[in-house]
Amino acid sequence: MPTTETYLAKSNDIAARTLGDETIVMSTLDSTIFMLNPTGTAIWQAADGNTPLSRIIEDKVCAEFDVPVEQASVDARQFVDELAEHGILIVSDHPIPQ
Amino acid sequence: MSLLEEMNQKATQQGIPLSAHIDITWKCNERCVHCYLDHEGKNEMSTAEIKDVIRQLAETGTFFLSISGGEPLLRRDCFEILEYARQLRFNVKLKTNAVMIGAKEAARLRRLGIEQVQISIYSDRPEIHDAITKLPGSLRRSLEAIRHLKANGVKVSISNVLMKQNARSGMAVRNLAKEIGVEFHIDPTITPMLNGDRSILNLGISKEELDEVFHTEEFIGDVGEFCAPVATVDEDVLEGYSCSAGHTLAYISPSGDVFPCVQFPMPCGNVREKSFRDIWYRSEQLTELRAVQVKHLPTCSGCGHVAYCTRCPGLAYMEGNMRGPSTSDCAKSEARTGIPSAWQVKSGARPGPSLVQIRVA
Repeated sequence: MPTTETYLAKSNDIAARTLGDETIVMSTLDSTIFMLNPTGTAIWQAADGNTPLSRIIEDKVCAEFDVPVEQASVDARQFVDELAEHGILIVSDHPIPQ
Repeated sequence: MSLLEEMNQKATQQGIPLSAHIDITWKCNERCVHCYLDHEGKNEMSTAEIKDVIRQLAETGTFFLSISGGEPLLRRDCFEILEYARQLRFNVKLKTNAVMIGAKEAARLRRLGIEQVQISIYSDRPEIHDAITKLPGSLRRSLEAIRHLKANGVKVSISNVLMKQNARSGMAVRNLAKEIGVEFHIDPTITPMLNGDRSILNLGISKEELDEVFHTEEFIGDVGEFCAPVATVDEDVLEGYSCSAGHTLAYISPSGDVFPCVQFPMPCGNVREKSFRDIWYRSEQLTELRAVQVKHLPTCSGCGHVAYCTRCPGLAYMEGNMRGPSTSDCAKSEARTGIPSAWQVKSGARPGPSLVQIRVA
């Protein structure tokens, strides 16, 4: 059965540190720096290759930041696409072995 | 404000050691004439101890980690340490003379995602470079390593420290870096040995040579901007700090001593006796250092150069007073602008401004 889930994993080609509720991420390939806000940090920390994005949105974004699932899904998808474009996040429709 | 500046500002406000520098050994296979270390490999931390410090740094919020020495690759566990640091997602810089880096090591550094390898090159001429390092063949080996690193896509920065022996080598090394396609930094400062021996300061370049470096576009960029005196000394300057040492930067020696910076040998504690966190947040020495704002500096706060001076509190400490001037930076400010510093005038090293002045429209 085809799956519609999205799985996320952190790339190995990054340096990252969470300071308080924000996270610095730097690509070791091109030294691009990203600063993730608390919502981005929540998604980042949950990107373990096994947890589907839909569950991350429900458990880590909607529950903790009190936002409706529709809005959270649009924003999260945009966030994931941007980081994936820079090689910071690996995105797959199957679980990603770590 | 750039993201990096924003990060630094937040780290300063929150007291986070965003950057750390660990020397994993002081042993070295070169014997550079200007080196500030004694190269004795006594009492070095074990692999497990170094990994534990690195883990503690990650927990305290450190993001930028410099692994250095001595020659760090002389330790058989250097790659194990680098690998561990990368597993903890540090942004890692490796400072090395690179003579032990061949094609295999360069490929391994690339696979590890090392942010940058910083290598000192003193001249494009072996007879000058090798005479400084006292290791025959060292220039050839370091340059071969740079080419291997470059071929593997590892970012390299060439650091060119100037002294009497290579005072006029800057442009040739800069051109060499450009030809290979790597970063280049020039550093005209010789610092005292960490044990207090100041004799190597005699190797420093002359005032005329320093003036020349600071008026060469290839070294410093826009000469007009770099050398222009800045008259505005506002509250931001006076309430600021000279540098990040002890605020967002920590240095850890091979035996576990914690200092504010590698150039600031004020012992603040040892990680074999206390946790890094305990030292960072509770050491009396760091607390005292963090209280020193520019307005508290007796001579420098009234100096016309204060807004852009590169004053180093560590070098000032080695001169006897961390609140005093670092006189090599007075010389730099003078070389940049042609105007003596407050300390230079006060100490009688330079005459004060004339009572009679002429202004031409």
